[in-house]
Amino acid sequence: MDVKTQNTSDTTTTTMSGSEALIHCLVAEGADLIYGYPGGAIMPFYDELHKHQDKIKHVLTRHEQGATHAAQGFARATGKVGVAIATSGPGATNLITGIADAQIDSTPMVCITGQVGSHLLGSDAFQETDIIGISTPVTKWNHQITRAEEIPEVLAKAFYIARSGRPGPVLIDITKDAQFAEFDFAYAKCDYIRSYTPTPAVNDTEIAQAAKVINEAKKPMIVWGQGVILGEAENEFKAFVEKSGIPAAWTILGVSAIPTEHPLNVGMVGMHGNYAPNVLTNDCDVLIAIGMRFDDRVTGNLATYAKQAKVIHFEIDPAEVNKNVKADIAVLGNSKETLAKILPHIEQKSHKAWHQKFKDLYAIEYEKVIKNDILPTKEGLTMGEVVNLINKQTNGEAIIVTDVGQHQMVGIRYADFKKSKSNITSGGLGTMGFALPAAIGAKMGAPEREVVAIIGDGGYQMTIQELGVIFQAEVPVKIVVLNNEFLGMVRQWQQLFFDKRYASTTMKNPNFCKIAEAYDIDNQKVSTREELGPAVEKMIASKDSFFLEVMVEKEDNVFPMIPTGASVSDIRLE
Amino acid sequence: MSEVKTFTVNIYTENNIGLLNRISAIFQRRKINIESLSASESEIDDVFKFIIVVNVTEEQMAKIQGQIERQVEVIKAFYHTDEETIFTESALFKIKSNLLFEEPQIQNIIKESQARIVTVNKDFFVLEKAGRRSEIELVHRELKPFGIMQFTRSGRIAVTKTEMPISTLLQRIEESNEVAFGKSQA
Repeated sequence: MDVKTQNTSDTTTTTMSGSEALIHCLVAEGADLIYGYPGGAIMPFYDELHKHQDKIKHVLTRHEQGATHAAQGFARATGKVGVAIATSGPGATNLITGIADAQIDSTPMVCITGQVGSHLLGSDAFQETDIIGISTPVTKWNHQITRAEEIPEVLAKAFYIARSGRPGPVLIDITKDAQFAEFDFAYAKCDYIRSYTPTPAVNDTEIAQAAKVINEAKKPMIVWGQGVILGEAENEFKAFVEKSGIPAAWTILGVSAIPTEHPLNVGMVGMHGNYAPNVLTNDCDVLIAIGMRFDDRVTGNLATYAKQAKVIHFEIDPAEVNKNVKADIAVLGNSKETLAKILPHIEQKSHKAWHQKFKDLYAIEYEKVIKNDILPTKEGLTMGEVVNLINKQTNGEAIIVTDVGQHQMVGIRYADFKKSKSNITSGGLGTMGFALPAAIGAKMGAPEREVVAIIGDGGYQMTIQELGVIFQAEVPVKIVVLNNEFLGMVRQWQQLFFDKRYASTTMKNPNFCKIAEAYDIDNQKVSTREELGPAVEKMIASKDSFFLEVMVEKEDNVFPMIPTGASVSDIRLE
Repeated sequence: MSEVKTFTVNIYTENNIGLLNRISAIFQRRKINIESLSASESEIDDVFKFIIVVNVTEEQMAKIQGQIERQVEVIKAFYHTDEETIFTESALFKIKSNLLFEEPQIQNIIKESQARIVTVNKDFFVLEKAGRRSEIELVHRELKPFGIMQFTRSGRIAVTKTEMPISTLLQRIEESNEVAFGKSQA
């Protein structure tokens, strides 16, 4: 393969084992905090890890899935490449859910799996699986190493691919004999692969065309996504929004790129997003999509999505352009570059009357939905009021990690973020069980930030074993379980579309506080408004880990909602 | 744009064992049947080529091209219609030898179709027919009543009428890399 490497390190070689070489590769790539679970086929590597504890901290999770989600949380909070290690066979297959999650949400991650000895490949050996075959559809790249000599080049390539362009997960499978074998090791980082163009070159014609359309627009609207955060383009994006005066809405993975309170931030698009940006998507004359991929949760029925508008798509991955929504102008490249390049061509403007439309619709949504969610008067606790209290107590500075379901939508809708990289959630794949390990990874990666995980009683039990990491590694993360004793989102759909036939959505839950107690985690359970405020205060004030269970209204529904197959214009407020 | 056409897709790649799996998965996910598949070296040293034939709309083809090129080991993918390519397939027919002498009609079929006799022995002979699929199917239909022992047809191979600028593309990539990192390479 044609891979050129730039010499950024010493070229003198040292004889060492494949496992030791792996350690040096990881250190060279800045991976000083990794997650994993040992086993037979990866033992040589773990032996070397043990000898180099001063260079790399390895955190033992309680399931390999937990290792992938922790690596993801780490990557989302820091922007660095997350690393997860597993053994062969079931260890490797347990990584797949997290890898698929990282693939669809473009999270940079390198997974290293042990494999049986190369002479056993293909023989159905003990704990042998064709993990390369299994992970091919869910990885950006994967490769099996059978000779130690391959290690430096393949690892360099793996990190380069994981972090460059549109990030994604890479899996490297290493046979046991390659881990043992000795060879002459020298490392050089990779920044070029002939067949791989991570970032398209910026095209000045596209920039000029886009600027012209934007300047002439009467009712322009911006929808931004994770691309702004992945490209570290928050400043460029803010400057673009402020100069153009264009109302900007966000997808759930884009939220926090600009603060929630920014005057031009008009809220969330998508199935459970805010009323105004959804409805006005079908009223704007220019739709400027930046670092987002027109996921079906955002667009609803494509036949009735923004058909009246000129669509400008700022995008780094050419395969996303015209995939779901036809772009009139595609501005390819990293948004950090393209937004900086277009800014001088953008006229300083404000669209007061058009912006007022967003505010008017928000007022309607506030009366019909938001007010009752965050400041309820009825007896039972709502998810919204818990989220609101957490925001107040953390002053909008915390990283909020959500799992999947009703609480996720509520947690993100009512989030109040002041800084970027504040929202960590499973967007594209919607993996229940994501939040607990991801919050652990986020807290360990960004210890200076408060990290609060908001989880439903269903998702919590999918990866509850990762409490063991909080216990053993002493991670001061805050966990809030919003307990409605249901699989809430599915129950909502059963109520709305299946005549309230609650098939397998009732949950009989254990005593969660006793479980937290067993892991030595401070804990409290609340069911009333009087208890809630002080409990949240206590949790946030604590310097240790804390588990808070909140009993919420059992059959509350999340609105607004765009039912599947409906148009964004038909978003329901009740 | 929304009419289903036959496209010949030329995919230039680095040699990579798993790449066929990745590429075929792109079609499989969208429930598109691969009509024909061929893999070989290309006109450039150490660059390899897949030739895949599918029946899809141009709109689908453009989306698939993007997803193929997104694979790390794929250098470039081009697609062309039948009108834009020169293509051929090949087929082998294995038939009992005595039929060659007992059935004069077979000799006529061989002569008219310009099929080539590849080998003859006392038990069987083998015919090769290269050309369009319709021509191969015609020979097959005509020989079938006499009994065909074995039949096999290759995938399509094709070259395009217009240039596929792979060499200039590779040169540009190499040059821009040298500019970025200077002439001294590791």
